[in-house]
Amino acid sequence: MSGSDRPKLSRRAWITTTSGAVAAGLVHTQADALRLVAEELPQQVADPTRVPGRFVSEIGSRAPAEQPRRLLRAQALSSSSRTPLADLMGVITPSDLHFERHHGGIPNIAFENHELLVHGMVDRPTVFRMSDLMRYPQVSRIRFLECSGNGGGVYSRTRMPTDVTVQQMDGLLSTSEWTGVPVSTILREVGVRPGASWILAEGGDSAVLARSVPLDKVMDDSILAYGQNGERLRPEQGYPLRLFNPGYEGNTSVKWLRRIEVTDQPTHTREETSKYTDPLGDGTVRQFSLTMDAKSVITFPSFPYALPEQGWWELRGLAWSGRGRITRVEVSTNGGRSWVDADLQGPILPKSTVRFRHLFDWRGEDTIIMSRATDETGYVQPTVQQLWEARGERTSYHQNHQRAWKIARTGEVTFGLGELV
Amino acid sequence: MTRRLRWLAPALVAAVVGCGGGDTARTTEAPPANAADFLYDGNEIPEHAPARFGFGSEASEARVALWDIDVRPDGVGLPPGQGSVSEGRDVYNIHCVACHGPTGTEGPNDRLVDSEQWDDVPTTRTVGNYWPYATTLYSYIRKAMPQLTPGILTEDQVYAVIAYILYMNEIVPEDAVMNAETLPAVVMPARDKFVMDDRTGGTGVVR
Repeated sequence: MSGSDRPKLSRRAWITTTSGAVAAGLVHTQADALRLVAEELPQQVADPTRVPGRFVSEIGSRAPAEQPRRLLRAQALSSSSRTPLADLMGVITPSDLHFERHHGGIPNIAFENHELLVHGMVDRPTVFRMSDLMRYPQVSRIRFLECSGNGGGVYSRTRMPTDVTVQQMDGLLSTSEWTGVPVSTILREVGVRPGASWILAEGGDSAVLARSVPLDKVMDDSILAYGQNGERLRPEQGYPLRLFNPGYEGNTSVKWLRRIEVTDQPTHTREETSKYTDPLGDGTVRQFSLTMDAKSVITFPSFPYALPEQGWWELRGLAWSGRGRITRVEVSTNGGRSWVDADLQGPILPKSTVRFRHLFDWRGEDTIIMSRATDETGYVQPTVQQLWEARGERTSYHQNHQRAWKIARTGEVTFGLGELV
Repeated sequence: MTRRLRWLAPALVAAVVGCGGGDTARTTEAPPANAADFLYDGNEIPEHAPARFGFGSEASEARVALWDIDVRPDGVGLPPGQGSVSEGRDVYNIHCVACHGPTGTEGPNDRLVDSEQWDDVPTTRTVGNYWPYATTLYSYIRKAMPQLTPGILTEDQVYAVIAYILYMNEIVPEDAVMNAETLPAVVMPARDKFVMDDRTGGTGVVR
């Protein structure tokens, strides 16, 4: 750096500020002076090597220029917010960006007052306080959570918008490390009676949302979660306790969990009859479509990004399956005419998102980019035509078909599924 | 615990070898397919755990009754009481009309009424042509409606407003009375349309 580039203004600010403070009798030590500089000088300085930086703090925050935000949609108390997938890296969703879906708003519940009642077809109906639940052997697992409404209603055969962001389309997806006690541990404790086959899980919000879940499922891998990404649950994620059903549609992972009833049949609550069901176009309605099928989405590049120039770019995205591990993600750069394997970032955990990447030399032509995931059952993420053929065109949940983005010659990226149907 | 440590051991050995020996880790016998999974999977609790921990406290019958508010299709869970269509009309016009409209079709929130049935695909998903069980109305309205004052309706008022909603959907006659016996006996038009999920995953399967 030449002498003329030295940050004279900053120096002057230092002198002015400190001398003014000394004159006012406020500065007594070098530490006081340093604190004054750190807190009062503008954070944007010409040369950060010439100005002392800020001190430690009790709670951290993002760089001021980084402002990822959830996308809100509120209809009275029934509301949702979507994760900004295009802003994220890796697979973990920062807890304050985890998507939300509430049916009666976010309740205020005190940790020390919350209780879980477990009853029904059990030997010992029991009330657990949070302090009780936290004494049981603990597990932590990285798992995705996705609302089954994710991707639904963005478009249809008659309505194919191109100005759709990945956040608008698939932002009801997040991944966290969830911590809690396995449901199996608690059911072992209360003693499940023979003949039991389902549970009813009920929340303590103003919707008192309730879902039936097969007993086999919760005994296999569901947890009563009180932790998320190293800290206690956020209020909007069910503080202080939620059911977490890995790989199942998000609505079954009941938040603010206050009651589990062990039963021998599903209860057929409003959320599993009037909602979260799939009219198949043949006169039937699919019910208890709980598992999230394999799916993938390219998060970069995506609308409204524009590639500024030709050359090497890395396609990046997320793949996940509610049935286990992702075994393969393929990408196409020609609208699905040919496919190549993308690179998968390990560890590849079951029922977790997986980051995939593909290095791509864009030659400045109109290009349709796509991805498709395969899971360990051999299931391949279908095309939208395959889903329409199998389910008709009126289902709004479980829209896991292949997505597409169009890169125009200008570099502008738009939602491109309409180019393929 | 012991099982986890056994599986983890080869992975740790491989890691140590890898540090000192450059590429040798790649030629060492591979650890279990995904060693990291063993840190996350499995519900087993430690072998020396007791049969019961005894944490928590016994739930009395009264305590269970206080919170056991769901209603099954066979009527289990329905409380005593009853309500008529005409009583329900009054309840509806006080507590429901603002969100569901004068005839249950106007909104702004969910449309409740459509007695038009469907063959292949429903054009609306209302109580009259989509809800498979009338009992669901009881558990849902009792706990979650009206949305801004949930739980305000008496047991009789819930029966009454259900009778009125079913009447508007042409499912029960104008002199109907709903109670713990009559409500589960109501056959909803769409009941037989509902089928269990048949998706399985697997090669070549799209359902």
